Amino acid sequence: MDLISSLLERNDLLFAFVVIAAMMLVSGWLSKTLTRGRLQGSAVAIVLGLVLAYFGGVQTGGEDGLADIAVFSGLGLMGGAMLRDFAIVATAYGVDLQEIKKSGVAGVLSLFLGVSLSFLVGALVAAAFGYTDPESLATIGAGAATYIVGPVTGTAVGASTEVIALSVAAGLVKSVVVMVGTPLIARFIGLNNPKAAMAYGGVMGTTSGVAGGLAATDKRLVPYGAMTATFYTGLGCLLCPSVFYFGLYALLG
Amino acid sequence: MILYGVAALAFCLLVGMFVGDVLGVLVGVDANVGGVGFAMIMLVLATDWLRKRDLFPKPTEQGVLFWSSLYIPIVIAMASTQNVAEAVTGGPMAFLAGLSALLVGAALVPVLSRIGGRSEPLPEMAEEEKREA
Repeated sequence: MDLISSLLERNDLLFAFVVIAAMMLVSGWLSKTLTRGRLQGSAVAIVLGLVLAYFGGVQTGGEDGLADIAVFSGLGLMGGAMLRDFAIVATAYGVDLQEIKKSGVAGVLSLFLGVSLSFLVGALVAAAFGYTDPESLATIGAGAATYIVGPVTGTAVGASTEVIALSVAAGLVKSVVVMVGTPLIARFIGLNNPKAAMAYGGVMGTTSGVAGGLAATDKRLVPYGAMTATFYTGLGCLLCPSVFYFGLYALLG
Repeated sequence: MILYGVAALAFCLLVGMFVGDVLGVLVGVDANVGGVGFAMIMLVLATDWLRKRDLFPKPTEQGVLFWSSLYIPIVIAMASTQNVAEAVTGGPMAFLAGLSALLVGAALVPVLSRIGGRSEPLPEMAEEEKREA
């Protein structure tokens, strides 16, 4: 047993390929038998991955889901930011630039609206839970943008560590619900063309959420959604600790 | 040579990331601003230019397409390494904040899609593509 686990730990990336392939096989089968193909195999696999990540995290107390268990550490490399971005850029091969130009205005607008509305909604939820100081409201609002914007804002405005942790949790929840929710709501919001995908990437902004959600919906939409989502965190880090925080401060200060 | 395709892809991403990092420093935020987006545009422009001059033959193309077809497995690996446990322990407030951000954003998509004329839905996926997904 030790021999096998040490072999798998030494060849962790290879084992990750096998594990993911097995998950995809099971998911494909579940998709056919349980949902009659209505929910794509990749959508089921992403949900399965998230469930396993939960158990991995609970088991080890770590931050990287299943990858915190030593034999599964290769998943961290396979699903890490480097290879994820590499594959996202590869999906852009053969994309029609006309389509992107045509959606430019909608894309830029979606970014600004996405960051502001996430901030507003997050701050409102925080207010409903009894927070009144502009620092906490801004930090949780920023967390509703992405789990990177939250702590960046929290540190900048001097929020408490407890609030910063909550803002990270809010961002993580958003990324998970976007992954799971996108294929379910795609039909109702007309998410079936490049322009809608660019708008979607812009309003959601969470790169992992959009990457997973669009993969589970229609892989051909990925490059368009990723294109705008990639600007979101930067814009959020720019606006939340400055303009938006001062706005809140002036309002409540 | 397949590696040329892989290298072209890697080069585009590196340059895009560099531009994104520089942009982040310029606007004074601690984040990469649009690196992946710049890399994508660069890949599309560069490969288009090369293909027109017959400098991007089929084998080279395979180097890019291979990584594109690994996209979904990589995303599944990404899902299985998310910090779901912490998201769950964030409690009802974190959950409500994240979920409302999704719902409010999603409600905007139909409005934003209308800007500059309607877009046609993508054609149904061919059987082969479906099997790949």
